[in-house]
Amino acid sequence: MADQGKVDPMHQFEVQKMFDMFHVGNHEVAFTTSAMWMVIAGLLLWVFMIGGMKRQLVPGRWQVAVEGFTGFISGMMNANIGPEGRKFTPYVFSLFMFILMLNVIGLMPFGLFGLHPFTVTSHFAITGFLAILSFSIVLIVGFWRHGLHFFSLFVPHGTPWWLLWLIPAIELVSFLVRPFSLALRLFVAMTAGHVLMKVFASFIIDGIAAGPAVGLGVGIPSMALMVGISGLELLVAGIQAYVFALLTSLYLNDAINLH
Amino acid sequence: MPQISQFAENWYAASQIFWVLLTFGFVFFVIGRGMLPKIEATVDARDRKVADDLAAAKAAHAAADALEESYRQQSDASRAAAQKAVTDAKDKAAKDAEKRLAKIDAELADKLSAAEADVSAARNSAMAEIESVAAEAAGELVAKLSGVKVAAADAKAAVKAVLHG
Repeated sequence: MADQGKVDPMHQFEVQKMFDMFHVGNHEVAFTTSAMWMVIAGLLLWVFMIGGMKRQLVPGRWQVAVEGFTGFISGMMNANIGPEGRKFTPYVFSLFMFILMLNVIGLMPFGLFGLHPFTVTSHFAITGFLAILSFSIVLIVGFWRHGLHFFSLFVPHGTPWWLLWLIPAIELVSFLVRPFSLALRLFVAMTAGHVLMKVFASFIIDGIAAGPAVGLGVGIPSMALMVGISGLELLVAGIQAYVFALLTSLYLNDAINLH
Repeated sequence: MPQISQFAENWYAASQIFWVLLTFGFVFFVIGRGMLPKIEATVDARDRKVADDLAAAKAAHAAADALEESYRQQSDASRAAAQKAVTDAKDKAAKDAEKRLAKIDAELADKLSAAEADVSAARNSAMAEIESVAAEAAGELVAKLSGVKVAAADAKAAVKAVLHG
């Protein structure tokens, strides 16, 4: 009985297969809970953006909200890359909005309506895909624009000649680590936050199971912490999406304005 | 950690990659490439409109300032012209008065000198009459007293000498 009542904080991250679709080679492609939330996020984002398409000279509230997001990203691209960054605004904007939507959806209390929210960005497969996508774009843009000269990225300005054997090696490692740090940061932040919330939630359930005195003594502080952590997680959801977009824009800046 | 252990399952990675490709592709092409440029164009158009309107307002302000300046200059000029006309008129009036006064003065001086001439002429003639009357009287007195007949010319000369010292 006690074993069944135990909350497994990792169970929430399990992707459930909903139905099979087709095979690619010997791999099966299925519609999963993760896929469902990604579709929902994409559609919600689409609906949100439609509200900004009225294109009025004097915008309404919804249009202001949408223009706030677009202005935020295009401002960031302008500040980090310059006028040439405008070309990449669609990519970074899509990245930011998609990650933000997935992060926030994962935090929504859909459980109240019987739906089990799932944080797609807590999966390394997803964040890794997006990070590799960003990294590939950086590589392609870098070599496209600068050719082999792009390798001079590994020799920063002002490197003394007697350190030329060491600095490029360090720079190369830090460059190659970028996709991993990009992917891991988001995945770890999302996972940690959700584990933390589940652990505190399990404290309340276990406390109540242990009796009313323990239930109140443990449950009330845990609940208070949960409320605080939920707010913090909303902040983290925004910050992690921002960091992902910001770092992508900074890496793109390296590729576009070499040094 | 299912995020890692599920990689062992045949369908996991393929489904995740397939669906993130599909959904992110939708987000990128429909939202990022399709909708974002239109929204940015709207924002740019608004920014341009605001900048243009501000520039127009600034130009209108400058025009109004120039207009006010030219108005001020015009009113200054007309005020100066009016002042000049007033001083001219005053000067002319003063000159006219002076001229008239001078003319009257001259007339009066002429009249005075004519009158003075008349007076002196009258006096001279009176003097001459007195001389002749005195010479006659002196001649008669001498004749009565001494019986000597004195020539009229001598009597006249003697009287003249006495009268004029």
